[in-house]
Amino acid sequence: MIPYDIVIIGGGPAGLAAAVSARKNGIDKILILERDRELGGILNQCIHNGFGLHTFKEELTGPEYAQRFIDQVLEMGIEYKLNTMVMDISPERVVTAMSREDGMYQIQAGAVILAMGCRERPRGALNIPGYRPAGIFSAGTAQRLVNIEGYMPGREVVILGSGDIGLIMARRMTLEGAKVKVVAELMPYSGGLKRNIVQCLDDFNIPLKLSHTVVDIEGKEHITAVTIAQVDSHNKPIPGTEERYTCDTLLLSCGLIPENELSNKAGIRMNPVTNGPVVTESLETNIPGIFACGNVLHVHDLVDYVSEEAGRAGAAAARYVQAKGIIEHSDEVVKLIATDGVRYTVPVTIDLKNMADLQTVHFRVGNVYKNCYVSVYYNDKRMTHTRKKIMAPGEMEKIILQKKNLLKEEDLKTITIKIEAE
Amino acid sequence: MYDVIIIGAGVTGSAIARELSRYDANVCVLEKCEDVCEGTSKANSAIIHAGFDAEEGSLMAKMNVRGNEMMDQLAEDLDIPFKRIGAMVVCVQKDTLDGLQTLYERGVANGVKGMRILSKEEAMAMEPNLSDNVEGALYAPSSGIVCPFILNIAMAENAADNGVEFRFNTKVEQITKDDAGIWHLRTNNGEYKARYVVNAAGVYADVFHNMVSDKKIHITPRRGDYCLLDKEAGNHVSHTIFTLPTKLGKGVLVTPTVHGNLIVGPTAVDVNDREGTNTTAAGIADLITKANQQVKDLPMRKVITSFAGLRAHEDHHEFIIQEVEDAPHFIDVAGIESPGLTSCPAIGEMVGEMLREKMSLTPKDNWIAKRKGILNPQTLTMEERNALIQKEPAYGNIICRCESISEGEILDAIHRTLGARSLDGVKRRTRAGMGRCQAGFCSPRVMEILHRELGIPLEEVTKSGGRSTIVMERTKGANGGEA
Repeated sequence: MIPYDIVIIGGGPAGLAAAVSARKNGIDKILILERDRELGGILNQCIHNGFGLHTFKEELTGPEYAQRFIDQVLEMGIEYKLNTMVMDISPERVVTAMSREDGMYQIQAGAVILAMGCRERPRGALNIPGYRPAGIFSAGTAQRLVNIEGYMPGREVVILGSGDIGLIMARRMTLEGAKVKVVAELMPYSGGLKRNIVQCLDDFNIPLKLSHTVVDIEGKEHITAVTIAQVDSHNKPIPGTEERYTCDTLLLSCGLIPENELSNKAGIRMNPVTNGPVVTESLETNIPGIFACGNVLHVHDLVDYVSEEAGRAGAAAARYVQAKGIIEHSDEVVKLIATDGVRYTVPVTIDLKNMADLQTVHFRVGNVYKNCYVSVYYNDKRMTHTRKKIMAPGEMEKIILQKKNLLKEEDLKTITIKIEAE
Repeated sequence: MYDVIIIGAGVTGSAIARELSRYDANVCVLEKCEDVCEGTSKANSAIIHAGFDAEEGSLMAKMNVRGNEMMDQLAEDLDIPFKRIGAMVVCVQKDTLDGLQTLYERGVANGVKGMRILSKEEAMAMEPNLSDNVEGALYAPSSGIVCPFILNIAMAENAADNGVEFRFNTKVEQITKDDAGIWHLRTNNGEYKARYVVNAAGVYADVFHNMVSDKKIHITPRRGDYCLLDKEAGNHVSHTIFTLPTKLGKGVLVTPTVHGNLIVGPTAVDVNDREGTNTTAAGIADLITKANQQVKDLPMRKVITSFAGLRAHEDHHEFIIQEVEDAPHFIDVAGIESPGLTSCPAIGEMVGEMLREKMSLTPKDNWIAKRKGILNPQTLTMEERNALIQKEPAYGNIICRCESISEGEILDAIHRTLGARSLDGVKRRTRAGMGRCQAGFCSPRVMEILHRELGIPLEEVTKSGGRSTIVMERTKGANGGEA
């Protein structure tokens, strides 16, 4: 069995940033395992700009953003293997991998960082009735076909779901000469970033129909038309509101699901809200020495936050390796509670002994909130109360906790984050 | 000119083709689609029924029980995934409990072995996720689950390996008989001639029958919607669970599949369109309601796909397997609805025997009885797998992440007898694209492999033949170079 200090599963933005950070924190033997034929992950197919405003203070395309990290990985001489599928991770951190060149082999990792990213919710999971012809794609699959393979799926497009990839693809298909007829969104609000609605739909006069869904798909061999209808407050289609659109392509952008098959096999505890692992302040899972970051942990809105989070995971994994797995823990950890409109928090526990001076806590809200407050309670005591003009499910929110404040609080057991009207 | 032409390459046509391939005869199968297993055979419950359902003394009952008996040997010979997991018919209304006894007696009369009536407690002990409303159950251990695609593909491959010709994308449009008693089948791909015709055309069997006979038959396409659940839900039940029909109608079944998913369905709606395999919101809602009557806590959030199939329902709900009275040398194999999948080997045997007798066929001495399936590397040890990858590196390249299917398996699927030519063809043979992401990640890569191996432009790679192309043209500035 080949030993490595840290094995990173996935060479996308999370894996790359975690590797760079682990090296900066003094770890020598690091290995990145990537299933695709190049490093960079999904960023490679995101050829639009808008990446890196927070990290690099400039607007980069996806491949450019990825290259910044790839360059660092190369400069640092961090090892990576491409076209390599990780088949299994054991709780003892034995990683089983496979490729054409190396066959199937096992690695004993001092620490493992999960950075597998996420996948799109397919048509089947949406229970859309109708035929099952060719011409139906998840938005990301279409994005790969157009931007990497260089092929257009079709010319007349309907998009279901207003996730960011769907919005980006509405613009991309339009620029390639296709007619995007409508974007239908089941919810009364978009699942994507405001800036994408403006830049990808409004600027091209593509209508966004909120509270609408696809109720029929026509075409036995290739898709020929879809029917959309308005839905009521229970998401049930309202009879009489049907509109039929002829089309040759239906793109689906209806949510992303962290890819945790390997995590499940390893016995890692999952958060049913995020579909990602339950992690501590160090981004460590319930299995000691296995850390998680990026979209496999929870779906992010901006890659900048992925890189930032992955950097913390890399540092925590480095600390774990340097301490040879012997890290002193507090007897009791502080629990983070998400409630009243806050869907989840990452992390879910904080060990005061191990937390950094500043602890970022990410969360998302479950609805659109205007002129509300994000409140943070230490036990039952409200500590901060921050007014927000608008919060939406499509955007990730964060608060930063200060260690010195937490230490001041006597018998701190819970930190509650909630939305309050006043 | 052929000795026998079989219309249809579903499970029935393929089973008959395999039986006929034992003999010295020129046999050809005409199939309107681009592959075998494109109609009823690909969209059903995938159950090998025990045989307590069909009416005593019916041909359906006989074929069912015989087909069930034959399945172990067939699965072994042709490398078909098959498990005898047993079935339970649960009763959810106390006042209909005697219905279990009726079924039991019918099963005994039909020759079904090993059945037992279970008390509520016994049933719950065997199947803890049964609904709390369950009052009792009939248990039939001989019921099983099979991969319907591989069952169909394996029989067709084996028939082809033994010399049967298959003509795909060949749709029979007209059938006439000349003065010499030879059948002429006009198709979109020219005319085919044969001494005998076997009509195994599924939902179209009445169309062909009625072309040659004055005694008309009528088949109704009966649509059934299904939901397929993620493998995470595959252990929710460990037997095939049916319900006794109630006043509210016939129930649906809930069963694990042979690959570890969970399947729920079917509904039953008569339709006019013989290609009407569209699911409906009402149908899916209906089957979820019904399934919840027999099994509790069904994790319907784990649905990965839904689909609909059409049963070829003949007006008298009986298999028609006979030479057409007023059309000698034309053999009907019609009305093959459930338990058709179970019955197919028995139907093959019956029709094979019928034609052997009528045509005085003699056995080949070089008949190949066995067929080796596509290797599943997941069954190998790490050492064996490494040896394989060293010899064939493509087995080290995972294409379908969800089902862990390698390029080696996909290449085998494309290059073997009657190989795959489309995404669905690859999917049915290897399971690439059948997992929880439903081909989101692997479809571009499988397209690329099909493009490379078949030597066709990417624009001509299809989902399932015909006009089901996936990409239309190059993007602007992509100058036709290799992607």
